[in-house]
Amino acid sequence: MTATTKVIRKPQRTMADQSYVIELVKGLGVTLKHFFKGTRQMVTGTTPDLEKHPYADGIATVQYPEEKRPYAQRWRGVHRLTHRDDGSPRCVACLCCSTACPAQCIYIKPAEYAEGDKRRGYERYPEEFVIDELRCIFCGFCVEACPCDAIRMDTGYHMTALDDRASFIYDKAQLMSHVGQDGTQKSANPRHEPGDPTHPGVTRLHGGH
Amino acid sequence: MFWIQAFVKIALIVGVLVNMAAILLWVERKQSAMMQDRIGPNRAAIVVGSMRIRAAGLVHSIADGIKMIWKEDWEPTGGDKLLYRLAPIIALVPALCLFAVIPFGPTLHVSHLRDLWSPEWATETAGTVIPMRIATLDVGLLYVFAVAGAGVIGAALAGWSSNNKFSLLGGLRASSQMVSYEVAMGLSLVGSFMIYQSVQPTDMVNWQMQHCWGIFVQPLAFILFATSAIAETKRVPFDVPEGESEVVAGYFTEYAGLKFGMFASGELVEVCTSSALLVVVFLGGWQLPFVQNTGLEFHYLGIDVSWHWAHIVVVLVGLLTFIVKVLVLVFLQLQIRWTLPRFRYDQIMMLGWKILLPLALLNVLLTGFGILFINGFPATGAMTP
Repeated sequence: MTATTKVIRKPQRTMADQSYVIELVKGLGVTLKHFFKGTRQMVTGTTPDLEKHPYADGIATVQYPEEKRPYAQRWRGVHRLTHRDDGSPRCVACLCCSTACPAQCIYIKPAEYAEGDKRRGYERYPEEFVIDELRCIFCGFCVEACPCDAIRMDTGYHMTALDDRASFIYDKAQLMSHVGQDGTQKSANPRHEPGDPTHPGVTRLHGGH
Repeated sequence: MFWIQAFVKIALIVGVLVNMAAILLWVERKQSAMMQDRIGPNRAAIVVGSMRIRAAGLVHSIADGIKMIWKEDWEPTGGDKLLYRLAPIIALVPALCLFAVIPFGPTLHVSHLRDLWSPEWATETAGTVIPMRIATLDVGLLYVFAVAGAGVIGAALAGWSSNNKFSLLGGLRASSQMVSYEVAMGLSLVGSFMIYQSVQPTDMVNWQMQHCWGIFVQPLAFILFATSAIAETKRVPFDVPEGESEVVAGYFTEYAGLKFGMFASGELVEVCTSSALLVVVFLGGWQLPFVQNTGLEFHYLGIDVSWHWAHIVVVLVGLLTFIVKVLVLVFLQLQIRWTLPRFRYDQIMMLGWKILLPLALLNVLLTGFGILFINGFPATGAMTP
C-alpha cells in the first residue's frame, strides 16, 4: 500500500509582503472603498433594496420598526378567526383544529344556535375559542385541519413580547380582531349559508340517516 | 497678560481635546459601520415634543457620557483603593498634557492684526505676540517623550490595583508594550532632530516651511514613528493589553463609570495627540505648500506668483490647515484600527525590538551620513554645528 502524500509548501512571502507596509496600504484601499461606498449610500439614501437585489453590495440593514420586510405569503404568524359576511365567526365548532393541535393549545366550547335561527341544526358555533399562544408551536396544523377556512395564520404578526402570561391567552374577541395580510378579516374562499339555493347541502335533520 | 493667554489656550485645547474624544467615539462607530456595510448606532434620540433628533448617531456619545456619570462606581474588594482611583487620572492627564508643546498655528502678532500684509516669520518679534502653543519649552519634543512615558504608569497601576488576574496580565502587557515601543518612538525622531537641528516643534515647522516636509527627508522615520505611536495608544493592531479574547478587557476590566470613561477617552485623546505630533514633525505643521508667512509664494516652473495676505488670514489659514491635517491623520489611524487584525504578543515584541529598533538606529546612521554628504565632511575632524 502506497501512501499518497500531498506536499503543502510554505507560503513564499516576498520582502514586500514581509515589510507589511504595502499590504497595509492594499487593506486600507479595500476598507476605504467600502467606507466611501457605504457613506455615499447612506447620504444619498440609495441603500440596495434586498427584495429586488438580494445579493447586492452595500448596506443591507433594514431599520426594523420603521421599515419592515414583507413576510412570505405562507409565513405562519399569529392566528386569526375569519369572519362571515355578517361579522360572526366562520368557525362551526367542529373541534378539528383542537384535535389536530399537537400542543393542545386550542380550547373550544361549542354551542348550538338559538331556537329559530336557520343555522340551528345545520352547524354549531364556538361560544368560547381560546388559544394559548405560549403553548402554540406555530406548526399550522390547525389551519390545515379546518374544513371551513375559519382559522388562519396569515396575519403577518409575530407574537408580541408581553410581560405576563395571561396576556398570551387569546380569546375569541381577540382572535377575531386580527386582520390578514391582505387587509381583510374574511377568507377568499366562498361560503354557502343555509338556504343557499345553489348549494343546498345536507342538514343533520334532513340527512336521511 | 501671559497668564491670561496661557489659561485661555489651556482651556481651549483641553476643551477641544475632551470633546474630540466624544466626537471620535461617534466617528469610530460610524466609520467602522460604513466600512463593514453596516449602519452603525442611530437609535439614541433627543425627544423634543414629537421630534426625535438623532443627529446621525451623535446623540449616542451624549448618552454614553450620561450613562458613565450615573453608573454605579463599583470598586473591587481587596484592591488598593488609592491606586485604583489614581490610575485613570494618571492615564488621562498625560495624554492631555502632551499637547502643551505642540504648535497649532502661526504666531499671531497683535499689532499687525489689521494690517493687509503679514510680517516675515523670523523678523518680527516686537509688540504683543501670541504664539499658537501653550508652552515654549527648551526641551521641546523631549517633553513629549517624558510625559508619554508617564502614561504607562496609569495602565500598570490600574492592572495592579484591581486585584484581578486578568487586569494584572493586561497591566503587565501594557507596560511591556509601551516601554518597548517608547524606545523605537524616541529613536525614530532622532534623525529628524539631526536634520532640523532643533528639538523645538516650532523650529521644525519653520524648517519645513523653508525646505520641504519632513516626510520627504525622513520617510522611514515617518513609518517607524507612526507605527510606534499607534502602539503607544494601545489600539487595535497593538491591543494585546486589552485583548478581549484573552484577558477580558485587560487592565481596565474592573473599572466602571467615569473611571472607565477616562481610560477610553484617554485612548482617543492619544490618537489626536499622536496625529498632531506626526503633523508637526513630518507633515509641515500648519504649513500649506507654497504658502509662506506672508502669503502665497510660488516661484517654480518660471511662474512667479506673490500674493500677500492680511495677517489674520495667514493665521486663520494656518490654524485650519493644522486642524485638517490632524483630522486626516486621525481618520487614517481609525481606518488602520478597523482594517488590521490584532498582532500576537510575541509578534508585537518582535516588531518592537527586532525590527523597529534596529531600523530606527539605521535611520539615525543614514541620516548622519546624508547630512555629512550634503554639508561636506569637516576638514579637521572638528565637528562644528
